[in-house]
Amino acid sequence: MSITLQEVEHIAHLSRLALSDEQKAKMTETLGKILNFANELQELDVENVAPTTHSLPLKNVLRDDEPRTWLTQEEALSHAPQSENGHFKVPAVMEG
Amino acid sequence: MTTTVSKYETIIGLEVHVEMNTRSKIFCGCSAEFGAPPNTNVCPICLGHPGVLPVLNREVLDKAMKASLALNCTITKDSKFDRKNYFYPDSPDAYQISQYDKPIGQNGWIEIEVDGYTKRIGINRVHMEEDAGKSTHAEDGSSTLVDLNRAGVPLIEIVSEPDIRTPNEAKAYLEKLKAIMQYCEISDCKMEEGSLRCDANISLRPWGQEKFGTKRELKNMNSFNNVKKALEYEQAEQESMIESGVAIEQATLRWDDAASKTHVMRTKEDAHDYRYFPEPDLVELEIDDAWIESVRATIPELPAERKARYQQEFGLPSHDADVLTASKRVADFFEATVQTGVEAKSASNWIMGDFLGYLNANGLEIEEVPLQPGQLGAMIKMIDVGEISTKIAKEVFKEMLQSGKDPQAIVKEKGLVQISDEGELLKIVDDVIANNPKSVEDYKAGKEKALGALVGQAMKATKGKGNPGLLNKLFLDRLNA
Repeated sequence: MSITLQEVEHIAHLSRLALSDEQKAKMTETLGKILNFANELQELDVENVAPTTHSLPLKNVLRDDEPRTWLTQEEALSHAPQSENGHFKVPAVMEG
Repeated sequence: MTTTVSKYETIIGLEVHVEMNTRSKIFCGCSAEFGAPPNTNVCPICLGHPGVLPVLNREVLDKAMKASLALNCTITKDSKFDRKNYFYPDSPDAYQISQYDKPIGQNGWIEIEVDGYTKRIGINRVHMEEDAGKSTHAEDGSSTLVDLNRAGVPLIEIVSEPDIRTPNEAKAYLEKLKAIMQYCEISDCKMEEGSLRCDANISLRPWGQEKFGTKRELKNMNSFNNVKKALEYEQAEQESMIESGVAIEQATLRWDDAASKTHVMRTKEDAHDYRYFPEPDLVELEIDDAWIESVRATIPELPAERKARYQQEFGLPSHDADVLTASKRVADFFEATVQTGVEAKSASNWIMGDFLGYLNANGLEIEEVPLQPGQLGAMIKMIDVGEISTKIAKEVFKEMLQSGKDPQAIVKEKGLVQISDEGELLKIVDDVIANNPKSVEDYKAGKEKALGALVGQAMKATKGKGNPGLLNKLFLDRLNA
């Protein structure tokens, strides 16, 4: 399995990464190698292994519905580059 | 409603987000309450700080199972969470924790009644996810302000099958869904506070064609009526597009209520690619039958069952039973009133008429009014024993709704007790007879209606306080003497 330049461009766009042509070419090669490496797993015989999404032998880790306070508004906003009226202030985004 | 038969069949599917009323958020212990000052119900987990570990709220899972079961879904015993990736400032993780291929509930249905027929609408899935924060866009377009109190508030998304065929069916489906969620105490389902949100997919196809037409998605409807209006608009829009040979493209549209029309937000070219993958920070769920049954046992009597019981137990007409059971609080109020020992139909009439009319006219919820069921019961009893007339009762009831005072106190305060003293009424009857010779003549000539006019005059003379039954009898005695 390898990856096409178009796919790299698509993923870069989704990840909001601006790549130069040089970087795109390099990424196509590097990601292709990674995919090929991961692809070796496909060769294993897993017919008798139940599918799983986790390697941890844990199920149903749950907490009780108990509210607690943690941060004040000042603390919550203290790492934000910009804030206004108790809100995080970010560049304008319009729905669409 | 138009009754013109269209050449096209309308196909509608609805996606409804319901905010659950848990005390804390889905993956952290911050309060999930609505209306706190901005960014005060937040912690490193819901702010998306690096290195934190989300843990599922047990109550969210139980309530999502309860909702699924109430919607006749099958519980997915090996349910799990997935990441839905997208960038938006109200989602600080740059992904939303949701459920992709193992939603908690699958393959359910609910039954709706609309325009005189009953129909089953399939539920494709019910899944759990976290809500996003709230963005406010500066008017000058220079910046966006973000409040993350809502980030991490638990949601269930309920996706219907494309079984809905008319905007009326869509509205009936939403009303039924809301009633079930309220009965199960999963959410207050207030569209204006955003605790119930609805997106609609709609397409048209020629009658008899199996293949669906291209669907368009409608967003931003903030009431059930707007959902209906937007669907009606879009139905007509798509029909005229097809008729004029314009190809319909997959798109997302925004309903503009002020202009009563839709605007295209985005087309298929910029459709999202969410790259779902299993959420590595949350472990899998393993739900056994005992757990499912223990949740099922917490489901109360649902609207449909309650409606049937009202018709059977109280002999109420189908319409009454429908209106009363549409809201659990209204139904509870009705039953508590009946328990005070009054006729079910009287209680139903007062609640459906004067009570719900007052709530609708003033945009109030039942719990915002001080009136208690015992007070309505007491008032109906006062009518039954002839202490007040129905006409006076309407005045008393209005006062009860506003002040929460007992009917006896209001009647006493305002001197509204019905006059049932024969001697006192007889004087008035004689006066009315003396002053209305024409009506007397008419009555004696066989016009029964003239009696009503005379009683009316006597009621007027007593400012509505005369006992109408007694007045009627006294007039008959005098006139037939």
